[in-house]
Amino acid sequence: MRWGWHLIRLWSLLVYGFMFLPVAVVVLLSFNASQFGSFPMTGFSFRWFVELWNNDAIMRAFRTSIVLGLLTAVISTTLGVLASLALVRYKVPGANAISTLLIAPILVPEVVLAVALLLFLNFLGLHKSFTLLLFGHVIFTLPFVILVVQARLVSIRRDVEEAAMSLGASPVQTFFQITLPLMLPAVLAGALFAFTISFDDITGTLFWKPGGVETVPTQIFAMLRNSISPEINALGTVMIVMTVGLPLIGAAIARQLARKSGT
Amino acid sequence: MSTVILDKIVKRFGTFTAVHPTNLEIPEGTFLTLLGPSGCGKTTNLRMIAGLLDPTEGEIRIGGKSVNNVPIHKRNLGIVFQNYALFPHKSVADNVAFGLKYRNIPSSEIPGRVQKALDLVQLPDVGDRYPKALSGGQQQRIALARAIVIEPDVLLLDEPLSALDANLREDMRVELKRIQDQIGVTTVFVTHDQSEALAMSDQIVVMSAGRVEQVGTPEEVYNRPASEFVANFLGASNIIEGKCTGKDAETAALDVPVFGKVPVPADKAPHVSEGAAKLVLRAEKLLLMPQGADTTGMVTSEAVVETVDYQGQTVRYFIRAGDRQFQAINMIDGHPFAEGTTVTVGFRPIDCAGLPG
Ligand SMILES: Nc1ncnc2c1ncn2[C@@H]1O[C@H](COP(=O)(O)OP(=O)(O)O)[C@@H](O)[C@H]1O
Ligand SMILES: [Mg+2]
Repeated sequence: MRWGWHLIRLWSLLVYGFMFLPVAVVVLLSFNASQFGSFPMTGFSFRWFVELWNNDAIMRAFRTSIVLGLLTAVISTTLGVLASLALVRYKVPGANAISTLLIAPILVPEVVLAVALLLFLNFLGLHKSFTLLLFGHVIFTLPFVILVVQARLVSIRRDVEEAAMSLGASPVQTFFQITLPLMLPAVLAGALFAFTISFDDITGTLFWKPGGVETVPTQIFAMLRNSISPEINALGTVMIVMTVGLPLIGAAIARQLARKSGT
Repeated sequence: MSTVILDKIVKRFGTFTAVHPTNLEIPEGTFLTLLGPSGCGKTTNLRMIAGLLDPTEGEIRIGGKSVNNVPIHKRNLGIVFQNYALFPHKSVADNVAFGLKYRNIPSSEIPGRVQKALDLVQLPDVGDRYPKALSGGQQQRIALARAIVIEPDVLLLDEPLSALDANLREDMRVELKRIQDQIGVTTVFVTHDQSEALAMSDQIVVMSAGRVEQVGTPEEVYNRPASEFVANFLGASNIIEGKCTGKDAETAALDVPVFGKVPVPADKAPHVSEGAAKLVLRAEKLLLMPQGADTTGMVTSEAVVETVDYQGQTVRYFIRAGDRQFQAINMIDGHPFAEGTTVTVGFRPIDCAGLPG
């Protein structure tokens, strides 16, 4: 019995090691002073981060990713909140079917979704564009926002909103005074999800992006095809900090808000 | 403060009729209770008055004006919900002030009015706290303060005490009645608890399965039930089927098994006429006595005690007289009768009511 537990513990350590060691290696190597993006370490240096800063292509990709991520977050969150309200509060006919349809992009493999959207575009006779890329990211991130916001909305009691209306607040005033503040943690979490997923995405982006536009992931992908430059390690570190750090900060803010609102 | 009138109100959900045609007048300043078992349509009626549900048919008038097309936020009503429904993200003072912001009240006056409302519900010092820092009873008081601070035309309360524990519920009952007396607002109170209804109301509307069974003062619905349902819902009653052998201005002569002739006062048997009739005998009016006790003025029978349910100050007996079982609730005087004892049971005819058969 005891041995069994030890084996399981060892096994999970190995699994975690296998998952996180490459990440650790990337972070470690990004501070390597050597010419080559590999071991051995020859000293500690920020030089690859400086190079990154001076690399126009990468900085452009970075700006594209941030703009794309922010727009995706804003649009996805707005649509997600409206859809959740319609589904949870107004009991639109066929709510279940609509809900499934909106959540479906999570279940469909991303490649399939990417190709489908592209084919649809061809069918409409449109060309690839930044707008299409944005559209793809919104479709892809919307389910996450809806899932998070819906879960929260269900837990907000209807009678709290009814109380507000009985006191003289119109439905719109009730939304901004009561419903929105109460679901704010979920709205922020949804927006962060959307941003992070968009910032991270490569499969869909490779299919949808117009020529000449690169996001950070596709830029890394392109650079990898030539050589493994140490800059990539630095870029990897920046990506890790953003995609891990942002949700952590978001979660902390959400918890803070939730505590204040007493729910 | 206004009269509320329900004029031939009907509410259907799909094919299910939750409220059958209902007419009701709630005079200005009245404390009216909708009383009935769960699912009989009390909440549905209340929500139609509130504007949270549209009646399928009929008209609702508040203060003489039809409100069918007036949305809830323009009706100027105070609503208190079963689960308080305080705004969790606002302080107590902000909760109470909420309704004032939508009325033309100078903002300099708001803190004073909030404080007055908090004083009225006897929680003057909790303005800075958040709802979750208050007990259930305190939260319900704040909910009440929030509803009355806007000086509503009508106050609507849907089982506001049922989430509180028993002791607190009785305190709040007294408190609620005091506040209603003080501000004199027309009040519609919903409950399934008959003792709550009897203790607080000016008028009770007893409902069953979407229909009004009886409207009257607590004394009327208790002593002169208009139907078997009302007689059974407000306390325990023995309903004995028999016949009416004659009726004049004074009395209706009922003849029932076991007890024989019972001269019921005519005003307590208004709908009884000669022929089949039922005698309503309240369990607490049926007295158990030792055999041979003085029974002057009573209608009596011999009976055997079958079950004794001891409840402290009172005891509930199930007794058998002839081939029938009756229920009696008596104050305890010394020891309760033991099971198996033969006793004399009796009641005064003026304590009975008659129903048509
Ligand atoms: N939105 C609704 N849809 C369908 N049926 C409803 C709805 N609301 C209430 N009902 C039904 O109407 C009846 C009366 O309900 P309600 O007024 O809530 O009863 P009460 O408050 O007396 O317990 C119940 O049978 C209930 O199931
Ligand atoms: Mg109810």
